[in-house]
Amino acid sequence: MTSLIIIGIYLAILLFLGLASSRLFRGTSLDYMLASHSIGPFLLLMSLFGTTMTSFSLVGSTGKSYAEGIGVYGLMASSSALLHPLCFFIIGLKVWQLGKTHGFSTQIEYFKARLDSQRIGWVLFPVLVGFVIPYVLIGILGAGSTISAVTRDLFPEAFANTGGSIPPWLGSMVICGVVLTYVFFGGMRGTAWANAFQTTVFMALGMITFFILVKGIGGKEGFLESLQAASNAVSPEKLSREKMPHNQYFAFLLVPFSIGMFPHIFQHWLTARNANAFKLSIIVHPIFVMIVWAPCVLIGTWASAAAVGIPEKLPSAAILGFLVSKHSGEVLSGLLTAGILAAIMSSLDSQFLCLGTMFTRDVLGRRDGDEKQAIFYARLFVVAIVVVCYVLALLASTAKNVSVFNLGVWCFSGFAALFPVIAAALYWRGLTKCGTYASIITTALAWLLMLRAADWGNNHHYSFLGQDPIVTLFAASTIVLVTVSLMTKQPSESTLAKFFPEQRQN
Amino acid sequence: MRFIVWPLLMLLVILHHDFWFWDNSTLVFGWFPVGLLYHVGLSIVAAGFWLLTVQCAWPTYLADEATTTANNRPAASDHAEVPQA
Repeated sequence: MTSLIIIGIYLAILLFLGLASSRLFRGTSLDYMLASHSIGPFLLLMSLFGTTMTSFSLVGSTGKSYAEGIGVYGLMASSSALLHPLCFFIIGLKVWQLGKTHGFSTQIEYFKARLDSQRIGWVLFPVLVGFVIPYVLIGILGAGSTISAVTRDLFPEAFANTGGSIPPWLGSMVICGVVLTYVFFGGMRGTAWANAFQTTVFMALGMITFFILVKGIGGKEGFLESLQAASNAVSPEKLSREKMPHNQYFAFLLVPFSIGMFPHIFQHWLTARNANAFKLSIIVHPIFVMIVWAPCVLIGTWASAAAVGIPEKLPSAAILGFLVSKHSGEVLSGLLTAGILAAIMSSLDSQFLCLGTMFTRDVLGRRDGDEKQAIFYARLFVVAIVVVCYVLALLASTAKNVSVFNLGVWCFSGFAALFPVIAAALYWRGLTKCGTYASIITTALAWLLMLRAADWGNNHHYSFLGQDPIVTLFAASTIVLVTVSLMTKQPSESTLAKFFPEQRQN
Repeated sequence: MRFIVWPLLMLLVILHHDFWFWDNSTLVFGWFPVGLLYHVGLSIVAAGFWLLTVQCAWPTYLADEATTTANNRPAASDHAEVPQA
């Protein structure tokens, strides 16, 4: 029950933050969707980091390191530490500057203007929403199962069917309700405040958990002795990367580019107060990645030692929770659960708000200056998105042959493969609308065909021409983009002059 | 300074693929796997690299714009403009 109380307090703080931030609401759609471009360096850092890190950074990284060892850090963390700031630097800054100059709120508004094509949204919108939705569902399902796991045996009479734990559908509903409340009332400002709090929570609790688990796993009196005992019990193959294929390691370098095309990251970039607000994010992001990932990778690797006693059939996502409940009390277990929920919710809120913004601006397309109506529709769409995603998550949890978690991993590849489109739009005058259409359609079709060939994500060893699918997708997207653009007509000179003024080519 | 940034970034990307530690399971200080320590170090170096980049290769048009914004920051309601798209 202590765990549940801690989670309850945590959710109440989030609601308070959301409602408190709404007191600063300025009554414009720009304020609701982009916080009136008022987000400073600290909030931008915390928002961007909290949004890019999901529950995978805590529980997924531990589980994957349990299976594959320390190589997981190089595979997924140090590449992000290096390349996420690159995306902030070369994409984020440009997007912010163009967004502020021309009043864009979504990617599609930018592409419409950049390519002189009102219909680009017809192709881009379904692809972006299609790639984001599985990512959202992972968060909703993960939140439900996390709460269910930590409340086992607490309600034997009320929830006899689930062994006395809060059923996942109810846990997911509560989390969706909390996120919806602070996004509904607080808009982007509420989301940024909540993200800052959540990021602080999951980083701090990750560190505390690490220090407690070192003693528990190592089992020695002193901290250093426990560290040494924990590492010495692990097999050498998990302490190196001898089982990790070089080409897979190289291919994973492309994954961090996915954030260049995430619509919710795009929206966060537009919230910055000025260009200087980006500096802190660019510099500190690698350190934050290290603080979150390195302890989790070490814990997962240590857990692979036989002496730790991980049950054979325990799902990899449950390993961190198992270790915490084995080596600590209910308070830490509750705090860690709050940390995991923080990581999940700090992504979910941005995704909900972003999808609501996209439907309001790109589908409804209201531009008649009626601010109250625009905010009404934005909020209406946020509610509708949350309800639809929640229902989809319930349906996905009953699907037998398709794992939404596997689909989510594939969606990262899809976003990464679209990176050349945004990079070319920002830096290459030669990009044409036909090249963009062709690249997006090629990426979507190739992604679907490969996903089908990989048994809808269930075949984890699927490769194409001996390479990870992301390599093929990225290459196909780039080649088609360049080839078709070279053969077709560029946008008008007046359009190009808007996006490539002479003085800005440095 | 600008011309150094991109080669340095390429160098870091190359250093990321550390085949020289691939099969090495040595424990530094008796507990820290050398392959992990190397990549933790690389993350810190990446932060240093981005600090250098922000300090020395910040796009000039953004530097100008930041100064302009600081001097003439408009009221929030002034931003509620209609998109041009």
